[in-house]
Amino acid sequence: MANKVIYAVYDDPEVLKSAARKLVSGGVRVRDVFSPFPVHGLDPIIGVKRTRLGIVSFMFGLGGLSLAILGMSYFMIWDWPMNIGGKPSFSLYENLPAFVPVAFEFTVLCAAHGMAITYLIRNKTLPGMPARNPDPRSTDDKFVMELRTEDNHGVEIADLLQGTHALEINERQY
Amino acid sequence: MEFTFSKRARTISLALIVVGAVAAIVGILGDHTDHHQRSWANLLINGFFFFGIALGTLFFLALQNATETAWTVLVKRVYEGIIGYLPIGAVVMLIVLAAGSMHLHHLWHWMDSSLYHEYMVVNGDEVTYTDEAIEGAVANPNFDSLIANKAAYLNQGFFWVRNIAYLAVFLLFARWFRSKSLEMDKLTGDSLVRTHLLTYRRGALFLVFFAVFSSTMAWDWIMSIDAHWFSTLFGWYVFSGMWVSAMITAIILVLYLKRKGYLPQVNNSHIHDMGKWVFAISFLWSYLWFSQFMLIWYSNIPEEVTYFQTRWEHYKVLFWLVFVINFLLPMVLLMSRDAKRNPRFLIAVGSIIFVGHWLDVFLMVTPGTLGDHWELGYLEVGMFLAFLGLLMYSVLNTLTKAPLTPVNHPYLDESVHHSI
Repeated sequence: MANKVIYAVYDDPEVLKSAARKLVSGGVRVRDVFSPFPVHGLDPIIGVKRTRLGIVSFMFGLGGLSLAILGMSYFMIWDWPMNIGGKPSFSLYENLPAFVPVAFEFTVLCAAHGMAITYLIRNKTLPGMPARNPDPRSTDDKFVMELRTEDNHGVEIADLLQGTHALEINERQY
Repeated sequence: MEFTFSKRARTISLALIVVGAVAAIVGILGDHTDHHQRSWANLLINGFFFFGIALGTLFFLALQNATETAWTVLVKRVYEGIIGYLPIGAVVMLIVLAAGSMHLHHLWHWMDSSLYHEYMVVNGDEVTYTDEAIEGAVANPNFDSLIANKAAYLNQGFFWVRNIAYLAVFLLFARWFRSKSLEMDKLTGDSLVRTHLLTYRRGALFLVFFAVFSSTMAWDWIMSIDAHWFSTLFGWYVFSGMWVSAMITAIILVLYLKRKGYLPQVNNSHIHDMGKWVFAISFLWSYLWFSQFMLIWYSNIPEEVTYFQTRWEHYKVLFWLVFVINFLLPMVLLMSRDAKRNPRFLIAVGSIIFVGHWLDVFLMVTPGTLGDHWELGYLEVGMFLAFLGLLMYSVLNTLTKAPLTPVNHPYLDESVHHSI
């Protein structure tokens, strides 16, 4: 039998959540949910792992900070020593207060851009990439739950889906 | 749910007051500075720090009202409990201010009226000061042209008008917010919403007053200790310190209450958000602390750098310690999501930052009043503990006077279902 993908469409986040809870307790693995906005409390129900984006952002920030300090100490201390604020100390430590704003900005810049770009690459949603959204209505006012038979051998998904107040249940071969 | 002031908590807070007071008295008896300057300086430090906690909380409550924030509704009574300390703090501040006006201490050098006149006429023991070089007048050795130029602002009359205005406005608004909050418990339907919208408008009104008064209050009480020096963002700096101390006090109190089985509806998300406030306002404080330092360091003007020169020469360890505790510590330890959801961890880190902000106030007051003759002994620690006990007693006592969670509020349901 060919593998099938099932899309259950809901129109209310609370109904969606209770449906997900019912399915998961019935042993079904929910592959993904497409929703127009983040549904709070859904992730733990369908077993989505905590995002590691924060760690990535921290790493990018740390990288930006090091790069800024390294750059400024090269430009302004070693290569062409500058007299900063009338204090010709020519040492990185003694001139550090002047470098803090730049270092801070560069940290934020790298953390924010690094995080955003990582997010787009990881989700395969860089500009120009084909949309993987199975149902355009999930960008408007519908919540689409994706289930796959290959994930759920020996579970009667169709039976469980009955009575979860789904608007539609669409099946597709792939 | 009603809160009962447990016997243990009562004993601990009273013991703190007694032990602290005894230690402070031992310290005061051993204080041989002129006019007991060190004791008065400490009364100002603690009076202001703890008053600031209540005031920061009042500001935060007004902010929640003005922004109609839903999630804090559930812990509103905890904020009101902390604000309950405000009158006591105001009395302590009034004592310090009045003693300064009566020349019982010399914390505010500008209160010395001999600074403002260029000439004086000496007639035996009697000295009269004049601004004109009249017959028989000699140059006044105390004349301080910098302070004399600020006489339009730094004079006792205007000083007292301002201070009475600050305290009156703060106390009246605190009373009003509290009475409306209790009144809302008995209302439903349209009248509830009307009262809610009224607190919303009054919250915004308070913020207008607070925007001006928090700055001028910081100038009057703290910055005018170093009357020759000024910093335009000083008010914000002091305000951010008050705010973060208030946020720490609130989160520790909520965690204590939860641990005792109160506030069952307060969930991880509330705690997480309160942790975020501690984290965020720590950054606001660091930002202002550093901005003030960097601008003065960069321009390197003698009249400005003296402020940091004193701190750098005689308080170097504390100066760095304050920076490490109040900036690096919360940044590293409170950054992760798990940290902000871990009660024990939050209480431990919060307590350290709390002391860090007390040290920050210590560093605002002591260098200008005691110079290099400072100490951290029985007097300082004792008075801190006594005031801490007083705050605990007053706050827990206020909590017993009303249901611990509001009975009626338009956003109560939303707050109960807070989830992030």
